[in-house]
Amino acid sequence: MSELKENPRDIPLESIKAEVAQWLDTNWRIDRPLAEWRELLVDAGWGAPEWPVEYFGRGYSAAQAEAVAQVFSDKGAVGVAQGGPGKLASHTILAHGSEAQKQKYLRPILTGEHSWCQLFSEPGSGSDLAGLSTKAEREGDRWRMNGQKVWNTSAHHADFGLLLARTDWDQPKHQGLSYFLIDMRQPGMEVRPLKQMNGHASFNEVFMADAFVEHSDLLGSEGEGWRIAATTLSIERQGFGLDRSGGRARNLEGPIYAEYRAELEIALAPYTWYPQRAGRVDLALPRALQSGAIKDPQTRQELARLMCLNKAAGLAAAGAAAKRKSGGNEVIPEGSIGKLAASVIARQASHVHTLISGANAMLSGPESELDGVVAEVLVSVPAISIAGGTDEIQKNIISERVLGLPKEPRFDTGPFRDVPRNLSDG
Amino acid sequence: MDAGFSNDQAQFREVVQRFLKDKSPPSAVREQMATAQGFDTGVWRQLCGEVGLAGTHLPERYGGFGFGPVELGIVAEEMGRHLYCGPFFASAVMAAYAILNSGDESQKEALLPGIADGTAIATLVLDDLNDVDRVGHAIKNTGSMSTPVLSGCARMVVDAQVANTLVVAAGAGAGSADGRATDDTAVSLYVVDASHACVSVAGLEVMDPTRKLSSVTLTDAPAELLGDGAAHLEHLWDQLNTILANEMIGGATQLFETTIDYMKLRVQFGRTIGSFQALKHRCADLLMELELARAAAYDAARALASGTGEPYAANMAKALAGDAYMAVAKAAIQLRGGIGFTWEEDTHLWFKRAKSSEVFLGTPVWHRERMIQKMEVANV
Repeated sequence: MSELKENPRDIPLESIKAEVAQWLDTNWRIDRPLAEWRELLVDAGWGAPEWPVEYFGRGYSAAQAEAVAQVFSDKGAVGVAQGGPGKLASHTILAHGSEAQKQKYLRPILTGEHSWCQLFSEPGSGSDLAGLSTKAEREGDRWRMNGQKVWNTSAHHADFGLLLARTDWDQPKHQGLSYFLIDMRQPGMEVRPLKQMNGHASFNEVFMADAFVEHSDLLGSEGEGWRIAATTLSIERQGFGLDRSGGRARNLEGPIYAEYRAELEIALAPYTWYPQRAGRVDLALPRALQSGAIKDPQTRQELARLMCLNKAAGLAAAGAAAKRKSGGNEVIPEGSIGKLAASVIARQASHVHTLISGANAMLSGPESELDGVVAEVLVSVPAISIAGGTDEIQKNIISERVLGLPKEPRFDTGPFRDVPRNLSDG
Repeated sequence: MDAGFSNDQAQFREVVQRFLKDKSPPSAVREQMATAQGFDTGVWRQLCGEVGLAGTHLPERYGGFGFGPVELGIVAEEMGRHLYCGPFFASAVMAAYAILNSGDESQKEALLPGIADGTAIATLVLDDLNDVDRVGHAIKNTGSMSTPVLSGCARMVVDAQVANTLVVAAGAGAGSADGRATDDTAVSLYVVDASHACVSVAGLEVMDPTRKLSSVTLTDAPAELLGDGAAHLEHLWDQLNTILANEMIGGATQLFETTIDYMKLRVQFGRTIGSFQALKHRCADLLMELELARAAAYDAARALASGTGEPYAANMAKALAGDAYMAVAKAAIQLRGGIGFTWEEDTHLWFKRAKSSEVFLGTPVWHRERMIQKMEVANV
């Protein structure tokens, strides 16, 4: 550690690289148990260098953290635990947690000792998240929870959940919500896998029947749930910043790598079909050329349409990234536009794959096109225009925030108790 | 939306914008489109002589600014936005690129300075505006390469009614009137004096009165071969489509923005119509389509400037711009309702430009087919 209390952001990248390289040379061993290695890593602050110095980090900038990651990669060293929900939890707790909550929860997320899940969506509130009706009732030093959640990635192995629940039914809907950190391993919690139309079960349903949360695990204040949830959702929209490849360490040999691979496999299992959900544009031209479908004039047109959309969306996204980097303050429409374009591209890709397959599209599994990959595209693409905000919600965002068109009239502004809801919400 | 442009380029855009906003308001467009000539000579002189826009992409030694396709794309975009009426695309883009590509040094010195300062107006005579592979079938050089004599007819030539110099694409030899040209070298470019008695120009009635068309008939017209006879037609076609796509993005943007403005003002059923999801979702779809087309158009201009990029960048840009501009134009009328279909409202001026641009120099279908052909070549 440096002797002076200088601003960590002033440390030059070269000094950081030298320091972390030296530390790794001393401490990194492939025969160390993964859990033991992670403790060392977290104590040294190298596991989450962009986090504050007080909480297992070094207060580095993104560029400095990137330099640290580069040295880890060069040396084949394993980093802290990966996991989308874990990242949502740690960043939300860092931003809004009490000192006690930070001390209790942050470290086990980094070491991989605790895994997390997000308990936001409900059967009765999908696009309209703030209309959720899970009931939280104060009983002395604890809160009693009753309700149902859905689309909960990793809930079946999670130790804790980020729970959004209603604490006040007399407030307008956004103001009656509170944010809790709930222990998933208790009698009142039941987790059931949710099988999707493509056969995978990447998500769960979570049923809460008299589950309990200590009052000390209320995040922020009562009624602040919606504001805090916005932090979680903004991190989610950044795509978790998760390296789904698992990095270079995934492919190396040694005892600690085997442990790391097993951990990664669990963390990444929900996402194996995501490339198919996006339409597998990469396969379209090679398949058309290989199968001879390229000779068909209609297929040529649709394939060219697909290539145009895909290439142009890439160009538009690159332009948006450049603009973001240059630090302009204007509203950047490319986020929602990019999500909308991804849906259009995936649907067009699915259409092109269908044209190429013809009757073979009736098959799935080993006998079908590309060992079932194409069949999985056809039955996975419908998810892309729903997950992470439906196309219709994106169009509201684009038309209202980018184009400045007025909102629809609302019928949900009064006390939540009086707002029309689904019959099933009681 | 200006991602990728330098500060200098942004300032250049502002200069062009200011000039056109002042000189080409809808009232001026309406005035000029009703004339046979189609443009205001005084504005043209200012645009070329004082502002120097016709020489944007031409080297300084020929009286130009020495900028490239990106800056020319900026000019075109702003002209498309303001629906500028004048022989800019015909002379500064079509003819000038042909001369730049194929002319020898003395020809460039003789022809380009006049185009740059606007004292000369040139146009490019293509006997087919649908398919570059069919250019040079109707007009033939019946003489020799050293003493060319051109005969034949081009049914539609942009701004030929005001051109004093014609750059003509003609096939070699008298025969094979309907045989497909196999490569660029079969077709050459020639310079013809438009005032020669062997040249007949007849104005045509046009769907889009802001883009004037004439037929050009050559009867044993004496001509001068441009350069060594290599027309580089495919490259020229790509250049023209790239600049045209940028022009279309400007028009589509203007039409889209005025439509959004209208939707914020128009009230029906006690609400501004822009608050109806059925309408604003259509606008969100249009914005996405327009922004993708814009990204492709800017990319195509950059690809021309750098000489790198995908071989189909221009085809992609024109295909996307063609579909996006028409989608915006149809919606611009529909979302205005009855008023959008009136002559008095300006929407139809852009609608007609959208339609004429969609089919000019290759439809979106043609360009998509060309893309696939280029990908097949790359994958052999």
